[in-house]
Amino acid sequence: MTNEGSAGIIKTQLFTFAQPPGELKLESGQVLGPITLAYETYGTLNAARDNAILVAHALSGDAHAAGFHEGDKDPGWWDSMIGPGKAFDTNKYFVICSNVIGGCKGSTGPSSVNPKTGKPYALDFPIITISDMVNAQRYLIDHFGIDKLLCVVGGSMGGMQTLQWVASYPERVRSAIPIATALKHSPQQIAFDEVGRQAVMADPDWREGDYYGHGQPEKGLALARMIGHITYMSDQSMEEKFSRRLKEKNYSFKFKTDFEVEGYLKYRGDSFVKRFDANSYLYITKALDYFDLTSDKHKHHGKHQETKFLVIAFKSDWLYPAYQAQEIVRQLKIRHADATYCEIRSTYGHDAFLLETEEQTHLISHFLKKVHKEGH
Amino acid sequence: METRIKRMDHEIIYGIVEPGSRVLDLGCGEGDLLYLLAKGKNVKAQGVELDESAIYKCVEKGLSVFHGDIDSGLKDYPDKSFDYVILNQSMQEVKKVDFVIEEALRVGSRVIVGFPNFAYWRARIRLFFKGKTPVTRSLPYRWYNTPNLHFLSISDFKGFCREEGIAIEAEHYLGKRSRVRLLPNLFALNAVFVVTSDSRK
Repeated sequence: MTNEGSAGIIKTQLFTFAQPPGELKLESGQVLGPITLAYETYGTLNAARDNAILVAHALSGDAHAAGFHEGDKDPGWWDSMIGPGKAFDTNKYFVICSNVIGGCKGSTGPSSVNPKTGKPYALDFPIITISDMVNAQRYLIDHFGIDKLLCVVGGSMGGMQTLQWVASYPERVRSAIPIATALKHSPQQIAFDEVGRQAVMADPDWREGDYYGHGQPEKGLALARMIGHITYMSDQSMEEKFSRRLKEKNYSFKFKTDFEVEGYLKYRGDSFVKRFDANSYLYITKALDYFDLTSDKHKHHGKHQETKFLVIAFKSDWLYPAYQAQEIVRQLKIRHADATYCEIRSTYGHDAFLLETEEQTHLISHFLKKVHKEGH
Repeated sequence: METRIKRMDHEIIYGIVEPGSRVLDLGCGEGDLLYLLAKGKNVKAQGVELDESAIYKCVEKGLSVFHGDIDSGLKDYPDKSFDYVILNQSMQEVKKVDFVIEEALRVGSRVIVGFPNFAYWRARIRLFFKGKTPVTRSLPYRWYNTPNLHFLSISDFKGFCREEGIAIEAEHYLGKRSRVRLLPNLFALNAVFVVTSDSRK
């Protein structure tokens, strides 16, 4: 067994760019600037600057992918995969993770102060897309002086960013690992996002997005998160985790929390509102729904796809079902791409990309070894 | 015993494949053949395999492989995406053989098919005298646990090619330890054919 330690004590850093008049042009036509990206790095960038891996986070994730913040009990969201001897081996690779624009964990988003007004943007913040997120990340990669990323990887929304990186900057990505993701949202996925957004906006405390200084629309955001959690688990994993177990001995015959699963969802919702901005939830889910790499401008024009791919899906994931990963594979076949696809047997549902460490580590570490070797 | 047979057919296929060519191995298992070809003949290798644990073994060897079944694995490839499409010991497990062979011939310039010969003399003897499903070195399963859906002889395959207008470029017949030259339909355990679409069609 390899000596798997932790990525260590980590501090989130900030990078600011796109100062006026050099603002970032967004897909909507609007501009945004200045922009701050919160980011963390693990490992060391080598002299050739060719060992860099960009990790993209999912909807409610952030730049803190691995290691511990001073005083924290829990590590980053993908600590099981990033660190010495792990899938993304920090002894070999330089791993970067940044918070997306539109987020609320250090990067510019609706809760950030608008320098023009001195108050939070709220809904003055422009609608951003996955493409915009990736364009902002590109500035950070340029800042490190990295010409070609060894790999871009992510699950769910992170997978979309991965695919967008290859679509927007194919010459800058040596390999890509899109996990539990899709080329576009299906109407069912859009529907789940919309229900979550409506829950937030129906909460009177949302105040049309102008709630800063008055707390958060907690009830609405907690409800949205509860819906989300159901979609991240599978029927089987919920049965294994909760079954019909009651919190008390008997039914209460009142409208209170009878079942353990109800208590769990309430707990998850309540803890989410403490760490996530409601407006960010609106902006980020909107970006997810707008994402579509199958539109006309992405039609195959006969060019070979040079980027190597490892596409991963999970069997019980019904939120991002395997057929969507197979659609990615289909596009890769048409482009004669060097690719591997694996549908990992798991019962965790969409959450599996955060939990199934062993199988993912096996696939990813060998894949990266191959890509790294072929470059030399 | 089984491994010795595999090495012989791997050897033959290795000899057929041109260096640097693009190869698709349908039902590639743990990637042993593809690995040989990638290392020794510098091919651009791609595998298709249904078994998840075999996929991990392929990835360990540094191979690119798609998790899926052969029947649907070909349809998204443009015409002539590969120089060789290999169906070695996997054709018998495919649901629709004629469809898969047709697709393989569309996707690959050449198709290499390897299969066990059902008309091997020992099989005939066992069936004729014992009245039981033959178990041979190349068909080692019992009737109740065989993954094979189809059972064919060398003559069957040659007839099939004739009927479908498929041109046979090369034929290799394997015995227990060496090649078979005489009466292959009787004396060969396995066969490896190289086929292409008949240009006359």
